[in-house]
Amino acid sequence: MTDYNYAPEQVEIREAALKFAKNEMLPRAGEFDQKQELPLEILTKAWELGLVNTCIPTEYGGAGFSTLDAVIISESLAYGCMGMNTAIMANDLALLPIALFGSDEQKKRFLTPFTESYKIASFCLTEPEQGSDAASIKTTLKKDGDDYILNGQKMWITNAGYADLFVVYATIDPSLKHKGITACVVEKGTKGIEIGKAEHKMGHRCSDTRAMNFNNVRIPAENILMKAGSGWEIAKKTLDHSRPLVAASALGGAQCAFDHAIKYAKERKQFGKPLAKHQAIQFMLADMAIKLENSRNLVHKAAWLLDEGKENTKIASFAKAYAADSCMEITTDAVQIFGGYGYSVEYPVEKLMRDAKLIQIYEGTSQIQRLIIAREILN
Amino acid sequence: MNIFVCVKQVPDTETKVVPTGDGSYIETNSIKWILNPYDEFAVEQALQVKAANSGSTITVVRVGGVKDTEALRTAMAMGADEAILIEAGDNVDSYMTAKAIKGAIEKSGKNPDLILTGKQAIDDDCLQVPQLLAQMLGMPSVSVVVGFEQDGDGYVLKREIEGGTIEVYSANSPAVVACNKGLNTPRYPSLPGIIKAKRKPMEKWTLSDVGVADSDRRVNYSNFQLPPEKPPGKKFEAMDEGVQASVVSEVVNLLRTEAKVI
Repeated sequence: MTDYNYAPEQVEIREAALKFAKNEMLPRAGEFDQKQELPLEILTKAWELGLVNTCIPTEYGGAGFSTLDAVIISESLAYGCMGMNTAIMANDLALLPIALFGSDEQKKRFLTPFTESYKIASFCLTEPEQGSDAASIKTTLKKDGDDYILNGQKMWITNAGYADLFVVYATIDPSLKHKGITACVVEKGTKGIEIGKAEHKMGHRCSDTRAMNFNNVRIPAENILMKAGSGWEIAKKTLDHSRPLVAASALGGAQCAFDHAIKYAKERKQFGKPLAKHQAIQFMLADMAIKLENSRNLVHKAAWLLDEGKENTKIASFAKAYAADSCMEITTDAVQIFGGYGYSVEYPVEKLMRDAKLIQIYEGTSQIQRLIIAREILN
Repeated sequence: MNIFVCVKQVPDTETKVVPTGDGSYIETNSIKWILNPYDEFAVEQALQVKAANSGSTITVVRVGGVKDTEALRTAMAMGADEAILIEAGDNVDSYMTAKAIKGAIEKSGKNPDLILTGKQAIDDDCLQVPQLLAQMLGMPSVSVVVGFEQDGDGYVLKREIEGGTIEVYSANSPAVVACNKGLNTPRYPSLPGIIKAKRKPMEKWTLSDVGVADSDRRVNYSNFQLPPEKPPGKKFEAMDEGVQASVVSEVVNLLRTEAKVI
């Protein structure tokens, strides 16, 4: 049977990450949410402490964290701010394809600079017309001598305005459907990259989200990951790794909302006694606690399976769907427990509710997770 | 340079303190231990001195209970190079602690150039160890230090006294410097730092290894008690204009005669 204890080192990693989240992120989460500005100073500090780019192996200058370590860090950082953690996780999402599938040369060239200074990366899959139906992307990659030429539009690209590196998915032939999809690395400043204006969003407002155009961008063959046509496999495996991180982020945000709700329920008095003494509120808090525990167990199992070298697609989708949906429910109930105060931006819980919504949408909606689960269990 | 940092492991500030049945100390079973916050300033200062003096070594020394080594591990995760743990009870007194640290420094075989400590521990608030240690080692000591500069072979130290006035001392090396809040901003331990800390050397010695005997105890703790519970606050209703004048005079009277604050 599995041991439910963290290793002593993981206890310390969690404490260090949580301390940073509580002292540096949480107190400024509301401010950056309102300013809609990427908190570069905080993110750089997080990088200095080794909290960013957890997927980079030691051979290329990374810390060599396990996936379980990484989800512990993701949960802790999301406790401070789900939006800031989106900016942090987007780096992993972009670097994972390189860490998992890049050649030794590509890893040295693209990953190592991320261990030498704080750099930002973007994962570019979604397009204006293709979100969940990612196999139908229209961005094209056409062979031109030894190089490729990239053309097309991308949408909802996290970190786009600040990224030093983009991992872009395109097709060498749309009629091949998913067999034509190819992943390539595009470096900042390459001629033909056009970055749109920052999107004005409901939540995760401190993270930078933009549309992008690629107009005849020349991609050298050495920037193609694996070979042309293997992009679909790369994206799928990348998401197997990143979904536990995203689920952990939902968990961290939900834990933060839960802690706020518990504290408030003990302080706020109505009908002559604290809210926490009213059974109606107790039931809500108990349900929140159950969902947190279930989310955490699923997140840990999804990460543990990868660390054991086992297939985790189904459990990762369980974790992503369950933790994201639970985060939405827990943050909504936290607002409910706060009542009128919960609806005010002067209190922290409305932001958590806005932030929760995105986690049900990005990196595979809750519905897509269920499709994946159905495919896995019916197969 | 050989830099020593003396640290204490103290209960987390959120601990609910409960005296033991016999009153000799507090219950330690469920305590979460942390590095004494004032000692964080000492560790940070040591790291800054090391950065300015290449080839320096930082040794952290702690005397106390061994159930947890949190304080030493935190100091090493921040960047200290090695640690010495003197195994003792949790309730050793200041004199034994200072004598044990002196013994440990001597036993280490390193000649100290600088000894840094926090100005006090947040659990017993004795504020004695730095001065006792300096006396035993025959070194100058300055406490409540908020400014630190190296000056040739010595140190220029700013010390805060009552009323916010700053005294400036010049001390020869080696010296014992007890650090206060405001001296610097302690860094967070980085994650690679935490992992590296596991592989850093930690010596474990007993009190007798460093020449301390039970007879060195100067203070026996016999009756730890919780402070008496505060009486509940008083509430005055004065929404009605008619009663406001009398309520105000009653409050003023109580503040003067009962609370004695005006």
